[in-house]
Amino acid sequence: MSEQELQVQEKQMVKQDSETTKPEKYFIPPVDIFEDEDKVTVVAEMPGVKNTGVDVALEDDVLTIRGSQEDETPQEGRLLLQEYESGSYLRRFTVAETIDQDKIRATMTDGLLTVELPKAAPAKPRKIEVKAG
Amino acid sequence: MALIRFAERPNFRNPWAEFERIRQGLDELSHNLVSEGKAHMHATVYPPLNMYETKDALILKAELPGVHPDDLEISLEGDTLTLQGKRLRNLDDKATSYHRREIEAGNFSRALALPTKVDLDNMKATLVDGILTITLQKADEVKPRQIKISTDG
Repeated sequence: MSEQELQVQEKQMVKQDSETTKPEKYFIPPVDIFEDEDKVTVVAEMPGVKNTGVDVALEDDVLTIRGSQEDETPQEGRLLLQEYESGSYLRRFTVAETIDQDKIRATMTDGLLTVELPKAAPAKPRKIEVKAG
Repeated sequence: MALIRFAERPNFRNPWAEFERIRQGLDELSHNLVSEGKAHMHATVYPPLNMYETKDALILKAELPGVHPDDLEISLEGDTLTLQGKRLRNLDDKATSYHRREIEAGNFSRALALPTKVDLDNMKATLVDGILTITLQKADEVKPRQIKISTDG
């Protein structure tokens, strides 16, 4: 793959349908979604979130990933430059394939959340042999 | 005859009322644009940095998810801090089909002029959960010093 320079991506805020009781900022994490023959994988960028701050849920074919982090701004420091904001991350997807919900695995390393959704057996294509008769 | 401002003449549908409103709207619009520009310093070079200053140190934070410490190089020369490295694509391309690809992979390089002199031998950097924190101790001559006030003449 050719090397390219990384570009700055502005963080997008989640548009809330209703107001929340506490003012919280939710950002939309960029994701990669790819699929091979036995699972769908979602990788989301959530820097600053530890695996204890992650919440992954699949309900009614909607996958919700949420990550929250502690606010780590140094207390006695004076802010000189701020080019990005920290906050919580939230994103929802409708999952098309039928997924085996008991086998969903999620791992969090270096600020990247990887969610593996194994496909349930009926979704795997089965070839039916046609016999002459 | 008293002088009355044209726009304030009473008992008259002010013909300039519409214009006044448009002018006010444009003023507000331009104020919003200008103040937003100042409040958010948009980074033009990756990665975006946040910088804090304490009494003794300068702390820089950057979000670098998916970057390994081996792929990252931080160097300090005089007043300039240089951050360069790369993020590799984190999976093997074996017969997978992508539905969405928003995470970029590639190189980055950024040089930043530091606002104060720092101690070149005293630098600490940690990369935890995708957040890089660089702590630089200020050089001794730049640390604030208290001046004692004495009451003798």
